Amino acid sequence: MPEPGYLLAAVAVSAAITWTLRALPFALLAPLRRSPLVAHLGATTPVGVMAVLVAHTLRDVPLTAPSYGVPTAVALAVTVGLHLWRRDIVLSIVAGTAVHVVLLSGVAG
Amino acid sequence: MHDVRAAARDSLAVGVAAAAMGVAFGVLVGQSGLAWWWATVFASVIFAGSLEFVLLGLVTALAPLGQIAAAALVVNSRHVFYALSFPLHRVRGPLAKAYSTFALTDEAYALTATPAARGWSRRRILAVQAFVQLYWVGSVTLGALGGVLVPAGVVGLDFAVTALFVVLGIDAFRARRDVPNALVAVGCAVLGVVLADARSMLAGMGLFTAYLLVRHAVAGGRRA
Repeated sequence: MPEPGYLLAAVAVSAAITWTLRALPFALLAPLRRSPLVAHLGATTPVGVMAVLVAHTLRDVPLTAPSYGVPTAVALAVTVGLHLWRRDIVLSIVAGTAVHVVLLSGVAG
Repeated sequence: MHDVRAAARDSLAVGVAAAAMGVAFGVLVGQSGLAWWWATVFASVIFAGSLEFVLLGLVTALAPLGQIAAAALVVNSRHVFYALSFPLHRVRGPLAKAYSTFALTDEAYALTATPAARGWSRRRILAVQAFVQLYWVGSVTLGALGGVLVPAGVVGLDFAVTALFVVLGIDAFRARRDVPNALVAVGCAVLGVVLADARSMLAGMGLFTAYLLVRHAVAGGRRA
């Protein structure tokens, strides 16, 4: 069983590195705040970040074994379709997740 | 109070996703043999969802601190891109800036990167971040205490996090309706996962940033 001292050190190291990665880039970018390139990147990166996060959360979906990612594909279609139609963030998430749980639990059960 | 109430509404979607993920993480901590309150410590002090999952595996295997530091660097290096769009200039005051950067999670970034967030005040940005942290710490603690047990047959709740980023991605797209940009973004993200697996996020963002730089240079060349 890990000792409390070791666990505290692990938490401190993780927190310090995470905070540095989150805060330091602002200091580095500060002199460039008015540059057109940084403004351009600031406006265009969010779509890329979201795509990368979505792909990351889906990296373990099995595409070559049953159920071949079908429940996830259907849930994605429901989420995107609902959001384009109704633009209600909570509704899109809850409905997409519900479809995913029903399809996947059905397959597993 | 108006800003705080608005922030509660803004962060509701994250609350749904955080609940699904947080309870799952709390349950894992409970099963790992650590005291339940370590889940609360991880969630409130580190406050980085995916790193907490990785860290739990490392500390239960008694991994050396150097390995833990390396994992933190790899898992969270994507955050360096968030300074490009997060409105820290609107969060005045050193203490407020310290909290705002500490709490700059994927979810906080995603919420403030949407067009709706352009007019948010300092107080509203900070309140959104505090709500996100409250949802995360609360659901992790509930999961660790076993107070909320997901029935064994129910699988696939983690899709809530995917759905959150899909939805906020669509909202970010609506700000510019730049179709080539969105297609390249999806391509880079998929390529990142195919090529780099564990470092997929950094690879995907690196590719996409390279594309944006080239596109900016080409557009600048045309203007000149």
